[in-house]
Amino acid sequence: MSDDVTDEKKDDVGAPHAPVTAPKDATRDEQATTATTGDKADAAQAAKPGAGATSDAAAAQSATAAALEAGSQNVPADDTVAARTPLEVVDVRHGLFGVHGSGDTSGYGGLVTTVVLPGPSERPYGGWFDEVVDVLTELLDASGTGYANAVEHVVVDRGELTLHVHREHLVEVTRHLRDDHDLRFELSLGVSGVHYPHETGRELHAVYHVVSVTHGRRLRLEVAVPDEDPHVPSTVSVYPANDWHERETFDFFGIVFDGHPGLARIEMPDDWPGHPQRKDYPLGGIPVEYKGATIPPADQRRSYS
Amino acid sequence: MSTTHATGHIVDDETAGIPSFEASGGDWSQIAEEAARLGEERIVVNMGPQHPSTHGVLRLMLEIDGETVTEARAGIGYLHTGIEKNMEFRTWTQGVTFCTRMDYVAPLFQEAAYCLGVEKLLGITDDIPQRASDIRVLMMELNRITSHLVCIATGGNELGATTIMTVGFTAREEILKIFELVTGLRMNNAYIRPGGVAQDLPPGAVQQTRDALVQVRHYVRQLEDLMLANPILHLRTKGVGYLGLAGCMALGITGPMLRSAGLPYDARKTDPYCGYETYDFDVPTSQDADAWGRIVVRLEEIYQSMRIVEQALDRLEKNPGPVMVGDKKIAWPAQLAIGTDGMGNSLDHIREIMGTSMEALIHHFKLVTEGFRVPAGQVFQTVEHPRGELGVHLVSDGGTRPYRAHFRDPSFNNLQATSIICEGGQVADVVVAVASIDPVLGGVDR
Repeated sequence: MSDDVTDEKKDDVGAPHAPVTAPKDATRDEQATTATTGDKADAAQAAKPGAGATSDAAAAQSATAAALEAGSQNVPADDTVAARTPLEVVDVRHGLFGVHGSGDTSGYGGLVTTVVLPGPSERPYGGWFDEVVDVLTELLDASGTGYANAVEHVVVDRGELTLHVHREHLVEVTRHLRDDHDLRFELSLGVSGVHYPHETGRELHAVYHVVSVTHGRRLRLEVAVPDEDPHVPSTVSVYPANDWHERETFDFFGIVFDGHPGLARIEMPDDWPGHPQRKDYPLGGIPVEYKGATIPPADQRRSYS
Repeated sequence: MSTTHATGHIVDDETAGIPSFEASGGDWSQIAEEAARLGEERIVVNMGPQHPSTHGVLRLMLEIDGETVTEARAGIGYLHTGIEKNMEFRTWTQGVTFCTRMDYVAPLFQEAAYCLGVEKLLGITDDIPQRASDIRVLMMELNRITSHLVCIATGGNELGATTIMTVGFTAREEILKIFELVTGLRMNNAYIRPGGVAQDLPPGAVQQTRDALVQVRHYVRQLEDLMLANPILHLRTKGVGYLGLAGCMALGITGPMLRSAGLPYDARKTDPYCGYETYDFDVPTSQDADAWGRIVVRLEEIYQSMRIVEQALDRLEKNPGPVMVGDKKIAWPAQLAIGTDGMGNSLDHIREIMGTSMEALIHHFKLVTEGFRVPAGQVFQTVEHPRGELGVHLVSDGGTRPYRAHFRDPSFNNLQATSIICEGGQVADVVVAVASIDPVLGGVDR
């Protein structure tokens, strides 16, 4: 992409890209070194975009880089210990080759990798992100719900805004997002599920993608629920488009959308046992023989952790 | 045929007191006669999943009162293949081969959306070479033309207009030849890869595309002559399958269906990718919001796509440039090459890694078997698919495989409108209304 094209694009999309540029470059530089130094930089990399989404990103980045390397921690830019937020650790992996129980001849067997998703971002989020969160805060506070009760935290990563919402207030948040004239997220692009079996108490995530055609904005809502109590209120009353998407997420992940007009399986047969997209659900498949050699199914082949 | 087509109602606990009939096959008048003999006006017809006019394995459950559809429900899932689950067990690069098979009429859009998502996760969006983006735009717009031609052609065929079908598919053939020349395959191309495209355009491809455009334009003109002033087509499509703007927005409908209701919403304009903001094109709309309006919008979009293709061809002629990102830790080790037995691995590359450079061999082996690592996080990338907005939700856990890949397929979402656009209409209009959604079940079920 030539320079003038890039500039034009940035102008078009607006400011939100600006604060993310610095950490993005940092991540890229590390990407190149990852292969040679092993995996321990992964967690640090993962933590960076969230931590770096501050206005003085460049300064904050260099100050916290060492801390990130040392502790795999998402250290806030202001260095106050009290402000630390618990990390969203989704997995801890050992070794490099995904093979366990055999003798370690690779030398990488002792490697421990913590998988951390980008953590909460600090204000300013950049561009219109602040405006949207401000308006939402105002509306939630005015309705008596309170912003802090409804929104767990805000993540700004790779130029995208994610609001982590408590399930009790999800419908109210979507209603505000759709109806307020400063927000106007009138188009829903559906629901997607993600299963994080290692994130105890928050195993199942429902992810909502909404678009504001009026303002040309898009954001993401994320709701985390425990495996034992996989209930999320249905948003079909606000976004009728989510009807089939919630059925799909129920079908594949077993997230129960309370209040859905007809929560039945949509892709799998009605009597199908289990929810196929969960991580504990096997891929299945049978070994294939070809010219005397046997090729195991994809989930039993060598993998890299 | 002397078999009885309508049978008396089944009595079980749940349906006690509710008379129902099962009807299958045969001539409609016989079924209606049979139903009349049994003394019940209201019957439920199961259309599909194996029915020639449901665009694949779509099942429609229609409750009919005389010739009027009182309730319509769509049943899907007959083509679910678990592509999203399978992608979690393959490398990021191999994912392209899977997602291209979702909506098989527009494979290049899934590839593009997926690769743009991976690139956003990697943070290399701005490093993609200009030529790679131009080739992507070229291929996507050619694919949009083929997809719209299939929609119009099959839609016409379902109305009994075989000529629309033959002309449409003949025009599509011209473009499929280009796909075969450039990617080696007519569909399921797996051509767009994270970081760029699989290989550069072969010599003569630009000129051949220009020649093909002349042909396609000729065939589309034929289609227009055949369709736009045709009184039968007017009677069959005008006012059929109506869905206004409010209904579209509520149901999350995008693409030609939304634009036929008057809103010029197009992800190429609102959220440009691959440099679409630098191309000169219009977003056609219509105020009809019916099957007719959607045909007109699609025909108009074909012309707009040709405009974009011509601009892309001009740029490709001027800019030789690379077609894969410079970072050797991400870029596929070699471009493909044409050998005596067709397209395959570059022999020069194999000679180098096997004969002269151990490091290159290790690099090739690591990158091809293990793949590259993608920093943890999630992105949502949308592209303007021929059927609407295609969204890809990708989650990475920092590994060499997608942790989760979800495709928000526009046909899946748009099929939700089946009920609202079919109910209250005639049985014969169901076919027209469903054809105007243009669902592709490979994408719906994934």
